[in-house]
Amino acid sequence: MFVSQNFGESGKMKEYHYAGPTEHRFSPYAFNGGTVLAVAGEDFAIVASDTRLSEGYSIHSRDSPKCYKLTDTTVLGCSGFHGDCLTLTKIIDARLKMYKHSNNKTMTSGAIAAMLSTILYSRRFFPYYVYNIIGGLDEQGKGAVYSFDPVGSYQRDTYKAGGSASAMLQPLLDNQIGFKNMEGVEHVPLTKDKAVQLVKDVFVSAAERDVYTGDALRICIVTKEGIEEQNIPLRKD
Amino acid sequence: MALASVLSGECADFSLDFRQPFGHNCGPGQSGAECDAAPGDSVSFSVKNPMLAGDDDGVERKIEFLHGTTTLAFKFEHGVIVAVDSRATAGSYIASQTVKKVIEINPYLLGTMAGGAADCSFWERLLARQCRIYELRNKERISVAAASKLLANMVYQYKGMGLSMGTMVCGWDKRGPASCTGCCLKMGSLSTCQLIDEVEGAAVGLHHTPLRRQDSAWLYYVDSEGNRVCGDLFAVGSGSMYAYGVMDSGLRQDLTVDEACELGRRAIYQATFRDAYSGGQVNLYHVHSGGWTRISQEDVLMLHQKYRDQA
Repeated sequence: MFVSQNFGESGKMKEYHYAGPTEHRFSPYAFNGGTVLAVAGEDFAIVASDTRLSEGYSIHSRDSPKCYKLTDTTVLGCSGFHGDCLTLTKIIDARLKMYKHSNNKTMTSGAIAAMLSTILYSRRFFPYYVYNIIGGLDEQGKGAVYSFDPVGSYQRDTYKAGGSASAMLQPLLDNQIGFKNMEGVEHVPLTKDKAVQLVKDVFVSAAERDVYTGDALRICIVTKEGIEEQNIPLRKD
Repeated sequence: MALASVLSGECADFSLDFRQPFGHNCGPGQSGAECDAAPGDSVSFSVKNPMLAGDDDGVERKIEFLHGTTTLAFKFEHGVIVAVDSRATAGSYIASQTVKKVIEINPYLLGTMAGGAADCSFWERLLARQCRIYELRNKERISVAAASKLLANMVYQYKGMGLSMGTMVCGWDKRGPASCTGCCLKMGSLSTCQLIDEVEGAAVGLHHTPLRRQDSAWLYYVDSEGNRVCGDLFAVGSGSMYAYGVMDSGLRQDLTVDEACELGRRAIYQATFRDAYSGGQVNLYHVHSGGWTRISQEDVLMLHQKYRDQA
């Protein structure tokens, strides 16, 4: 049976029934899709995102990555409403520069996370519709991942998936990186190569089942040597 | 308002029109944009109210619904026990099982979180800042009553705008209840005496004179509706009813520290067992004269095994 479906806010589907005259209200938000993922290792962090930019049934662009390099040791991944992503990254860049000029040092990952939390909360009553994940190295050189909600609640994690396919990816990461619900398994620490391979596999799975995820995968690997980028093609359908 | 004054210094250039929301008129009515609480799902410790039909992110919650979490605190002879779960949900998706719902405001004050995750952590962080400023200005620690009042007054300014926060402020300070000459024992109960002292004695015909002030533990419940109540026992959240049941049946004034910890732990465990919106780990703290101590963090799965083997 074919059911025609409309899109409401945040990409949730609404059933179409003929219900008489409806009121169309201007919504300041749009849902542009995309998935972001970050993993922290012993001395590295990986931030990965797909590069598809969609709206409703259309794809606006196949080359719009959602990873933004903030400093030499920190990368931000943001998905949700692209307009707010752009503005938010501009604001963060400006604040980073201000900090650098006032304090003569680069902001650390933890400091950026705390700052982002207050930036997001300052718009508590008209939020930035963005799901953020920060990946980077902390002051000790260990990998750090900070995940946020749209209004600024955050915490430090080892791994996190955000965006449209997050509910599909997170359980897989829980099992493979967190060893959750596995009995009698040795907890081997994650190496960089294994982590990169896992991220690729996980996105390939996401592209299979989420319409908003696909086209290409951009991986940013943060180590003390710097930030290495890789591009891997994904399904374009 | 508090929010604007904290953030405007840094965000002055960027939040032009949107400082209006923090003023008298709620929401940027001028620009015609909506004043919704959150787009899609923001992480919260709260449960969406199914009774508000067709209202995804309603700012106005006419019927107060419980926050999706379980936090509890109770006073006993040796201080206060604080126990919380660690689950955060965004709608029906579990966003995290490892959230820290106890905020360490300073070495002798704790705050718990229930409701909107961002609301709780932001305002309690702001409270920590205010407590520190108080210490610097007055060269003495802030009392728990004052700290909880600061928090209550900060959020009261935003009443009706959709903040969601149910917190308990627990601590130890030197403004304990006075010990009296014992004439209250003639009245029949010590609790009557304490009650009189809490309303500062004056009103109810001073029949006793305070001898000396003792240190004491204090527990206040503060929420975004503007409630602020002092008490001996609170449980907040969707799992609170289950926690109350366990706590009330096991609570005695003469519990040892270990027994009290186990009671708190068991109460949260039982709540996570029956409440879908609570789970993760049980974090336990003990507040005493030397400040607070983190007692334990245990996964609910492990506790399940332990209690099953015990039974």
